[in-house]
Amino acid sequence: MHIAEGFLPPAHAVAWGVASAPFVVHGVRSLTREVREHPESTLLLGASGAFTFVLSALKLPSVTGSCSHPTGTGLGAILFRPPIMAVLGTITLLFQALLLAHGGLTTLGANVFSMAIVGPWAGYAVYKLLRRSNVPLMVTVFFAAFVADLSTYCVTSVQLALAFPDPGSGFLGALGKFGSIFAVTQIPLAVSEGLLTVLVMRLLVQSSKGELTRLGVLVAQKQARTGTETEAVGR
Amino acid sequence: MKRNTKINLLLLIAVAALAVLPLAFGLGDHKKEPFTGSDGEAETAITELKPDYEPWFSPLYEPPSGEIESALFSLQAALGAGVLAYYFGLRRGRRQGEQRALERQSGSTLAGTAGKSTAEGD
Repeated sequence: MHIAEGFLPPAHAVAWGVASAPFVVHGVRSLTREVREHPESTLLLGASGAFTFVLSALKLPSVTGSCSHPTGTGLGAILFRPPIMAVLGTITLLFQALLLAHGGLTTLGANVFSMAIVGPWAGYAVYKLLRRSNVPLMVTVFFAAFVADLSTYCVTSVQLALAFPDPGSGFLGALGKFGSIFAVTQIPLAVSEGLLTVLVMRLLVQSSKGELTRLGVLVAQKQARTGTETEAVGR
Repeated sequence: MKRNTKINLLLLIAVAALAVLPLAFGLGDHKKEPFTGSDGEAETAITELKPDYEPWFSPLYEPPSGEIESALFSLQAALGAGVLAYYFGLRRGRRQGEQRALERQSGSTLAGTAGKSTAEGD
């Protein structure tokens, strides 16, 4: 989903940058608040960022005969809510833009918008929706990660189609073209990401019950339900 | 092997299978260059849609060769994997420490069951 350096016309590059900036600023604020109020969550924050680091470096072959990589943003969005993921995703994208010539500074705004904003929010929305419908936690986690991954690549397709409409068939023609490159390739990878996120969440459930309960992912089993509801309101 | 470990292993195998199957079935054979990155393919598509488009900015730093680039990608993955491993290792150690302290405190047979419950979900 990385739009290469210089591959978005200046007006588009600026527009996506302007669109992304408030999310990242708000994210930085949420992140500092989280760290100040709950210093013990720093470790898990680091682990969520690390998950994005690993997954976005993993280029995997797909059914279309090309390679792509997952994003790893679903996990952090579930644990710490999307604003914080906007920051962690931006850090990953900056690392790749500066050291790997993967993505770029001029396209950072657009890439942040797809991977660090829309992906986490879409995944989080799915998570909330399924949790409310009493779907088992792990099924919820799978679909949240799947949607976070796939929506990111759909947004990239839209961004490129807006910047480079097909001379004949216009925006929709270009969307079909970029969609077949990105979105179709991404479907099996989104499944992989879903499975890996479930794996990490299973390990977290085994190892960090207290943390997950505080974050509202696990419902406190021995306490009365009202206890967790007040926490949900407080967040 | 515990049931939990089995499920985790199955998840890993499924991910590996998803990555290997496209290669095993030669799904890239119809292409001149199989299994290139989709990011690069998008660049090609852009130059097809707008042949006169010139990228107006170039990366500040570009890895001088494919080897250096893959080294940096591995570094990225290694950093992430290292932090994740540290996290889970630390948690495991702490849990074991707490459990041992508990066992020492009570000195009874009760303590052994505390850490073994592996309830999933809710």
